[in-house]
Amino acid sequence: MSEHLLLWLVVIGAIGATYLWRLLGALFSRRVNPESDLFLWITCVSYAMLAGLISRMVLLPVGPLVEVELWIRLVGMAVGLSVFFLLGRRVLTGVGTGLAVFVALVAYT
Amino acid sequence: MIDTPGQTYRQAARDAFGFPAIMLLASMTGFGSLARESGLTLGMALSTTAGIWGLPGQLALAEMHAAGVSALFVILAVSLANARFFPMAVSFIPLMRGGVRHYGWMYALVQLLSINSWAAGLKRFPDIAMSQRPRYYVAFAGICMGAGLLGTVVGFFGIGAMPPPAALGLIFLNPLFFAVLLAGTRLGPAIGAMLIGVPLGPVFHWLSPEWGLLVTGLVGGTLAFWLHRARKPE
Repeated sequence: MSEHLLLWLVVIGAIGATYLWRLLGALFSRRVNPESDLFLWITCVSYAMLAGLISRMVLLPVGPLVEVELWIRLVGMAVGLSVFFLLGRRVLTGVGTGLAVFVALVAYT
Repeated sequence: MIDTPGQTYRQAARDAFGFPAIMLLASMTGFGSLARESGLTLGMALSTTAGIWGLPGQLALAEMHAAGVSALFVILAVSLANARFFPMAVSFIPLMRGGVRHYGWMYALVQLLSINSWAAGLKRFPDIAMSQRPRYYVAFAGICMGAGLLGTVVGFFGIGAMPPPAALGLIFLNPLFFAVLLAGTRLGPAIGAMLIGVPLGPVFHWLSPEWGLLVTGLVGGTLAFWLHRARKPE
């Protein structure tokens, strides 16, 4: 099999394997009452997963972020969240400031 | 209360153009350049963006392929990186399913779900009539998808044109934006779940990169749910 064709199969397989989770979610949620405890529990599981994913991306990155020192990643995140909470919960202000600090530290240290 | 199609589309466009669209444009630029470096064609990169539609899984695909991992393991890793779509869909669809005549639409609409549209829906749906919620979601998520595809193309052709600190900033933008987006929730048990998930994520990932995220969600979510129950007995 050619390299090109194999790679397409990987892409299509990965798309199908991802859609499977979405499909299962859609099948399952048909019977879930949004007022129920089950719904609240699954919402909690979603938030815990997303928070775990974010902290993993910062503390144990797998891609090019490995090159950036840990303290810079932590400072960027801390500045972004602090500014968000201290200056009226504006997403743009928080993310913009955190990003600016991160890029400046990467460029000048 | 937003209850006409016109108002709904305007609200969705107002919420999506601006930060979510810019964010997706930027982060998918990062993915587009990585995809090209990893040997994917433009068609594959665009299919990955539209089909997987979740950056951690997309990055896993490009990185593992570049690292020479065998096909089946790449697919398994991408799937596990995206397992969050199951609880996200279950916690999202009931909030808008009352707005469609045939539930079957949900099997198609669920493909557009991402952290952005999930967080936007959870935040905005209380102001929107049930009949208009699917419309809001499709408009919002459609704009996000358009921005993501555009970003993929820009990154694919713009590779190497960016100074390294800016390129790293684009990648850092993802966790930073997600963190701020989710930190803004006012739902008590969700805040608890996130505070527990933050330390658990890296620990379980270190124990098992494949299953870490799933276990983090199950353990952290269940613990937060219990704590919430224990504090508020009925």
